[in-house]
Amino acid sequence: MTRLLAVDALWFGLIVCAIGGIIAPIGIGRGKQRDAWIAVAQGAVYANFALITVAAGAMMWALARHDFSISYVAQVGSRATPMFYTVISLWGALEGSILFWAWVLALYSVGVVWLNRKRPGLLVPYASAALLAIALFFHVLLVGPANPFHLVSPVPLDGPGPNPLLQNHILMAVHPPLLYLGYVGMSVPFAFAVGAVLSGEITNADWMRLTRRWTLTAWAFLSAAIIAGMWWSYEVLGWGGYWAWDPVENASFIPWLTATAYLHSVMVQERRDMLRLWNLNLVVGTFMLTILGTFLTRSGIISSVHAFTQGTIGYYFLAFIAIVLVGALAMVAGNSDKLRAPGKLDAALSRETVFLLNNLLLTVFMFTVLIGTLFPLVAEAVRGVKVSVGEPFYNRMTLPVMVALLFLMGVGPALPWKRGNMDDLKRKMLPGLIVAAMVATIVVVVGAKSVYAVLAFSFVGFAATMNVMEFVIGARARVSAHGERFGTALLRLIAGNRRRYGGYIAHMGIFVAATGIAASSTFRSEGEATLKPGQSMVVGKTTARLKDVWGREEKQRSVIGATVELVRDGAVYASLTPRMNFYPTSQQPIPTPDVRSTPFGDTYMNLMSFQQDGSSATIKVILEPLVPWIWMGGGIIVLGALVSAWPVRKLA
Amino acid sequence: MNWRRAALASAAAAPVIALLAWGMTRDPKEIVSPLPGRNAPEFSLGVFAPGEPPLARKVGDTIALASMRGKIVVFNFWASWCLECRVEHKDLSFVAQQNASKSVQFVGVLYNDVPSAGLEWIGKMGGQAYPSVLDQGARTAIDYGLYGVPETFVIDASGRVAYKHTGPIPAALLQSKIDSLLAAPAVQSPASR
Repeated sequence: MTRLLAVDALWFGLIVCAIGGIIAPIGIGRGKQRDAWIAVAQGAVYANFALITVAAGAMMWALARHDFSISYVAQVGSRATPMFYTVISLWGALEGSILFWAWVLALYSVGVVWLNRKRPGLLVPYASAALLAIALFFHVLLVGPANPFHLVSPVPLDGPGPNPLLQNHILMAVHPPLLYLGYVGMSVPFAFAVGAVLSGEITNADWMRLTRRWTLTAWAFLSAAIIAGMWWSYEVLGWGGYWAWDPVENASFIPWLTATAYLHSVMVQERRDMLRLWNLNLVVGTFMLTILGTFLTRSGIISSVHAFTQGTIGYYFLAFIAIVLVGALAMVAGNSDKLRAPGKLDAALSRETVFLLNNLLLTVFMFTVLIGTLFPLVAEAVRGVKVSVGEPFYNRMTLPVMVALLFLMGVGPALPWKRGNMDDLKRKMLPGLIVAAMVATIVVVVGAKSVYAVLAFSFVGFAATMNVMEFVIGARARVSAHGERFGTALLRLIAGNRRRYGGYIAHMGIFVAATGIAASSTFRSEGEATLKPGQSMVVGKTTARLKDVWGREEKQRSVIGATVELVRDGAVYASLTPRMNFYPTSQQPIPTPDVRSTPFGDTYMNLMSFQQDGSSATIKVILEPLVPWIWMGGGIIVLGALVSAWPVRKLA
Repeated sequence: MNWRRAALASAAAAPVIALLAWGMTRDPKEIVSPLPGRNAPEFSLGVFAPGEPPLARKVGDTIALASMRGKIVVFNFWASWCLECRVEHKDLSFVAQQNASKSVQFVGVLYNDVPSAGLEWIGKMGGQAYPSVLDQGARTAIDYGLYGVPETFVIDASGRVAYKHTGPIPAALLQSKIDSLLAAPAVQSPASR
């Protein structure tokens, strides 16, 4: 019953998307009964949302009720798995994740249509049609190769449960939805681009303003998703790291880079009427890169830790990429004449120059990561050899770019639009440079050896000072002009120019996260020892004493754990319990590290192995300074985006 | 709309799509072994699971590759913790029995496992027709460049690796490899010439 309802909803959704995404735009274009066709396109958006909600709801219902007659439930469900992880396994495997994707896309589409319901013109109707055309592709997947609602017969009594790694941590409920909200959200700017071209509004600046806010929203989700993914990997995988340049991580990061570039270059277009064509390229490129990333992680074309089960779905994605890529390139190139921007660069020393450099660096960054990700494929195609591209490549290639970007983040806010003055700039940069020199000295004294580490720390110090100064100078001006108290002045300053100061807040988040990354990779120390209960090991200034090794049976797994006490001056000040979880479906135990976090850093502990009689355990202890700053930075970035995107109420 | 420019730009998509399409035909996890065509690494390992008559060997006996020249050797790496090994288990014993009267020797190698677990597994799976040996410290596995279990090497009468199979080997495929080696007289390998 549930199954039939869901399958019908998917098929109806397919028809609705075909009508709204293909027939309606043709009708709108021909002009006859245009209003009726507009109504069809927009109605289809609502109808599709209702239908896909029914399908996704049916899946969650089936998961919750352990309805193993449905193929997806039989694949990821299990009676022993806690209800929470059972329901969120909606996005735990391939078919469910496509269903969830389609639902998020439908949600965004409703948002676009509803929030712009009073906007005249054809931009939004065409954009709705474009979103429905994208949704059509996902519906084709859902009734075809990724159909999660196949009938299983005979009905199994129980299922294997989700992949153990995906039911081992609460962040599984957070990271994937954020990622989808970010990834799928990039479809909206693309749809606006298509709408702008089809409606002829491409030459008018308004579509960019509309697009910016949607991009910012998706960007905030994507930023949060990337950081949450790092956190998840850190808490779950047991290696004490948070980023490994795995293809799946790169897939999320590559579009983030182009979206970041766009958020900066769009200001140049708004202020100075330059870069129209470039911005269109960034919008279209970001969307293409999300689709490419999805293809790479779901087709099995590139070897990754994060492989989804494979099937024929890769070919469908390939066809979709081909259609969108050819269509988008034709659209952009064919209309490039209309996009000649009248604006000109006035002076080399100006804020727009910094934005241009920022875009150049972000683009180089994007291509570096993209090439690194695709290189194994290229190498095999051209030379027939198997290669893998690992951390050394990425670190060597991207560290200079990152460091340069940090520097620019300090210079940009200090420069005015149009034409800057070298003397002014020198004067403004002085405090930043002093802080940078101080930070560099401290870092070298503390023991940093790599040049990039020193540069990273000191440029963070420089740029952070420069951004803080923007707040201080602005607030001080209000204090003297309006006689406000400093705190009030600061809040009013931000409220009065949310876009600008939201941007600076996001910058601060980057600095906080960058400090965490630089510190934890530069000053990390670790040790591993096999201990008998009562024995201790020393790593850095931390003494860890094994108390005991224990075992526990839980409903869906067996747990072996070690209780390890952290000791200072003979007194126990903390106790950690790294564990190994044994799931019946997994050959290998799932490591479950335990982390003690303080604002200054983490004590990360992993149970490497143990004697079955509990007589000893091998414990790995990693001391990672400032790691929590990365997660905190992520929060600040999102806060900045929120401030920046928050609509300003028009005063009557 | 400038159609000429549009057509030129979209042509630029062709190499990207071609690359991705070509990639779909590849398996990124597949690693080509250099072993086929070369002399198989020598091994000399002790039997821990005897197998069943007529292929049985005594526990503790040593099986050495060098002493099996003139015979076709099917060398199969397995483990009790390996799920895929269950898939091929029946097929391997079946093909071994089918060829019992011919000049073919089946040898199982227990990989990264303890003999007691291996024996228990054989019991649970309903026996194993041929003997299995123990690879202490996985030295032989390293010599053979083992990527995972199961992996099967078919070694011809002259001691050359004729075929390597990754993953569970189907009975028909294994039989056809054995048949073609039995039909063709062994080519002398350069080393033994």
